[in-house]
Amino acid sequence: MVLKDVINRVPENLIIKKNVAMIDATGVYYRDLNSLLRSLDGNGIEKIEIRNVYGQRYIGTDLDGHIKIDVYGTPGNDLGAFMKGANITVHGNVQDGCGNTMDHGQIVVHGRAGDLVGHSMRGGKIFIRDDAGYRVGIHMKEYLGKRPFIVIGGTAQDFLGEYMAGGVLVVLGINIKESRHNARFVGTGMHGGTMYIRGEVHHLGEEVEVTDLEEDDFRLLGNLVDEFCSYYGLDAEKILESKFNKLVPVSSRPYGNLYAY
Amino acid sequence: MKSYVSPEYIVERDQDRCIRCKVCVNQCSYETHYYDEEDDIILSRNENCVNCQRCATFCPTQAITIRENPNHYRSNANWTQEAIAGIKKQAETGGVVLTGMGCDKPNLTYWDRLLLNASQVTNPSIDPLREPMEMRTYIGSKPDSLELDMEECGGVMLKTKLAPQLRLETPIMFSAMSYGSISLNVHKSLARAASEVGTFYNTGEGGLEKSLYKYGDHVIVQVASGRFGVHSEYLNAGAAIEIKIGQGAKPGIGGHLPGEKVSKEISETRMIPVGTDALSPAPQHDIYSIEDLRQLIYALKEATDYTKPVFVKIAAVHNSAAIASGIVRAGADAVVLDGVRGGTGAAPRIIRDNVGIPIEMALASVDQRLRDEGIRNKASVIAAGGIKSSADVLKAIALGADAVYIATAALVALGCTVCQKCYTGKCPWGIATTDLWLTKRINPDLGAKRLAGLLRGWSLEIMEMMGGMGINAIESVRGNRLLLRGVGLTDKELKILGIRMAGE
Amino acid sequence: MKDLSKVNNPYNDEKVFDACSIFGMMNLKGERFSAKDPVRAIANMHDRGNGLGGGFAAYGIYPEYKDDYAFQIMYLDKEAKKKTDRLLSERFNILNEEEMPTQEAKVKDPPIMWRYFLQPKKSKTKSQPADDYILEKVMRINTETGKAFVFSSGKNMGVFKGVGFPEDVAEYFCLEEYKGYMWTCHGRFPTNTPGWWGGAHPFNVLDWTVVHNGEISSYGINKRYLEMFGYKCTMQTDTEVMAYAFDLLMRRQGLPIEVVSKILAPSLWSEIDTLIPKSELAMRALRQTYGSLLMNGPFTIIVAHQGEMIGLTDRIKLRPLTAAEKDDFLFLSSEEAAIRLVSPMLDNVWSPRGGEPVIGRLESPEVVEVLV
Repeated sequence: MVLKDVINRVPENLIIKKNVAMIDATGVYYRDLNSLLRSLDGNGIEKIEIRNVYGQRYIGTDLDGHIKIDVYGTPGNDLGAFMKGANITVHGNVQDGCGNTMDHGQIVVHGRAGDLVGHSMRGGKIFIRDDAGYRVGIHMKEYLGKRPFIVIGGTAQDFLGEYMAGGVLVVLGINIKESRHNARFVGTGMHGGTMYIRGEVHHLGEEVEVTDLEEDDFRLLGNLVDEFCSYYGLDAEKILESKFNKLVPVSSRPYGNLYAY
Repeated sequence: MKSYVSPEYIVERDQDRCIRCKVCVNQCSYETHYYDEEDDIILSRNENCVNCQRCATFCPTQAITIRENPNHYRSNANWTQEAIAGIKKQAETGGVVLTGMGCDKPNLTYWDRLLLNASQVTNPSIDPLREPMEMRTYIGSKPDSLELDMEECGGVMLKTKLAPQLRLETPIMFSAMSYGSISLNVHKSLARAASEVGTFYNTGEGGLEKSLYKYGDHVIVQVASGRFGVHSEYLNAGAAIEIKIGQGAKPGIGGHLPGEKVSKEISETRMIPVGTDALSPAPQHDIYSIEDLRQLIYALKEATDYTKPVFVKIAAVHNSAAIASGIVRAGADAVVLDGVRGGTGAAPRIIRDNVGIPIEMALASVDQRLRDEGIRNKASVIAAGGIKSSADVLKAIALGADAVYIATAALVALGCTVCQKCYTGKCPWGIATTDLWLTKRINPDLGAKRLAGLLRGWSLEIMEMMGGMGINAIESVRGNRLLLRGVGLTDKELKILGIRMAGE
Repeated sequence: MKDLSKVNNPYNDEKVFDACSIFGMMNLKGERFSAKDPVRAIANMHDRGNGLGGGFAAYGIYPEYKDDYAFQIMYLDKEAKKKTDRLLSERFNILNEEEMPTQEAKVKDPPIMWRYFLQPKKSKTKSQPADDYILEKVMRINTETGKAFVFSSGKNMGVFKGVGFPEDVAEYFCLEEYKGYMWTCHGRFPTNTPGWWGGAHPFNVLDWTVVHNGEISSYGINKRYLEMFGYKCTMQTDTEVMAYAFDLLMRRQGLPIEVVSKILAPSLWSEIDTLIPKSELAMRALRQTYGSLLMNGPFTIIVAHQGEMIGLTDRIKLRPLTAAEKDDFLFLSSEEAAIRLVSPMLDNVWSPRGGEPVIGRLESPEVVEVLV
């Protein structure tokens, strides 16, 4: 569909200036909003700003260009679900399912996140400035060149990294009390991937072991933290000074001797 | 007189495979096999074979096949093989036909007609390997409500004092099997496995052997009609006391440990002379009515300063619901129900197979009756009688049991093949015997490992099934009849079990 | 005696399954506000329901009758109303009765809705405590004709619910004209009983209301345990069992909410084992005694009664709940966006831990969040 057609069919709440589209999402149903985003994507639009977002779901789903989207408000569940390539910045908090089964692209949240961040994520990057909820990074996976990354600035709740099969999950614990994360069952069922946690984790799943970081780890972590801090104006050096714990799976076959053959 | 009863089993030996190692000759305690030196061949006396499969299991070349004697009487749904042979044996001996283990007749098991639920869509199933799955169970009397003090700082202070509880890490315990009906090495294996896994084993009516006192925290001591080995130390040694009124295999009758099995060691623990029959009276002679039971329960509580829960075990019979209600009101901390399939070391076959009712029915009606009377919290309910798999355990809990007792399954884990000849005292697996030459065939270290392995395997399966139902704490299964559906059951059966038909 | 369960559950399912959206808003100083914001919030979560049920509970809405029992009753036909009226006039002093004001809205087959302000007749109650008397009479009305159902029977509060999206139900009942200091809302996604208004949430018993999202897998035993204490679970819904559990534990046994949440959503044994001995003993005793009231399965509930609003999720947080504060207001919601719509600026937003209640109380202008 040609941009001219889109503009012609456009609702009153869309303004396009050069290659930037500005949408007022007040009262717009999620289906209409996402359909609009899809038609803008790949039509010469490089940037979309959506204002007054209150709970619209699936924003960013099925967009495959490298379009940049700025969301103002509180997007609904499954932001960026199955996303393949877009770059979303949220100026507010996100709800559950952010980056659900994301394939590639990027999500930067200036606030907190709900449950299931990056569930089954396969690639791409998610940055959450504050805290996140339950089951962050559950079943993240990697294959060949494709590797997903999640960085949480605050702390996360129970079942962090549950069932991880690949990818990198970083929790920085900025502002937590006594450098202690209260999450329980961290890494339960982990059989792939790596977690870097700044601060102490006191309740781990059986499948996890804690080790020290090596050169490669410091390099990777450094890059991620630098990138994270660049979005929020934070001091990367100060953060990297503290102790990080590296969590890895004990085995890639944690349940090998569970069955009677 | 000549016996008209033909051998039940035929031993077939593949002479090409047989290497004349004579393991079968040594292992068989019934003297079935013998070595003919002249012809360098091993032969068998079919009439002695009981199909325990010890020889077949240990033969290094698998040369032995035990076959049911194909010489059957003519097929007859009424005059079965067993009926005819039984009559002939009785005519020849003028005696009561004995047997061991539990009722083997068909159509008395309801577990196989009950099916469990699983969550689909409306409720997520839970991964027991990754998310917490709680099977911890406390057996004992619970109050209907608690008195609590709320503190300034937000803490909670308990004011009510709870009755003593047993803590089980898995809802499966080892049921009563007397020292005498089974060997000391088996008791050692049971005690060790129970301690390791965090559950309990029951001494049965033969007392607690001295060397096992150290496992006391994981022992339930039984006080049965024969009061064998019952003294103050014994009562205080265990974590709980069980008054045995009856057992599923032989409701209403007493017990009988034949003199052959009363060895020196047995006589020491039971405190009776060597070689005499150990007779357990039919009733407990100080319990002729429900108020007597109350008296005994409190006598035992006094003797142990109210620190141990007191259980009462009955066979599942027609009025189990009313009896159980009486038992609970008499002050018992738990009611144990033993169904018709319960096992034994020795019982008259006619009683084993014809007296008593299935545990599923008794359990369902007892649980419902106690709830109808508002007294279900006062005592735990423990179910027993032929429980053979983890699915049976979970179904029992869904019907209302707090925990189950297993005995036959435990012996099978140790090697038993349920040949039903325990009463002979010649168990070649070293289990149901007190013959020291045989009992050393059970190594308590390996035995404990096998039993712990059994409990572990079943516990994992239970957790998987619970997770599949979207439940992560066993309290939510207990008495939750909606988790069960029946197949092939009549309306009345469904009603008594308190469950719906599959599809409803 | 008509079987209520047949009306609420026509296919005789073992239980009525629901999925939903919930929202709660309370002014901790007791200042009353209209339904406008709660309705906007629950309407925002439109997609969590399917239009077959919506409902509201409002507290503080009848200040002129604040000491009288406000019965809000639905009737499917005039006969049922006649019978009920007779029962009410025999058993109660009726201070006022009127048809509830309604207007056109997208709701399906609305029944006749009446409200009464009542006091039990002294001569009839004898020595029975008022609460038990009310409970008994409500149960009688609900089962006698099969065509009458009491939506709510508490003092200075009311339940408004029916078949339609919550915003439509609100419009039908002209809710924006009411002012209460506490509102809870529900949007339903039922899998049966599409036509029956009584099936929507909130569920009410005395002045307790429950809105609930999720499904309780332990329902079968929760119900049997409550039946031992005289409760009749005629609706066959999780919500009903939840409400009775609160009635038993908080009203009859006088346990505080901090303890009640440890009964419904207890800590894991692995956590209890690590507590200091005094706490370990208490927590263990709670689980030992009340194990059959453990609510297993995903749930988020908002329970309200005079002066208190409580939000609670199951112990492994399988359903969402966001809590927020702004000035004197406490918000509880299935989704944060609904709160933001009503109050874009918030002083504090958080996700409570599984099994830990968020409590708003009238006396204390501070929100209580209980942590073990």
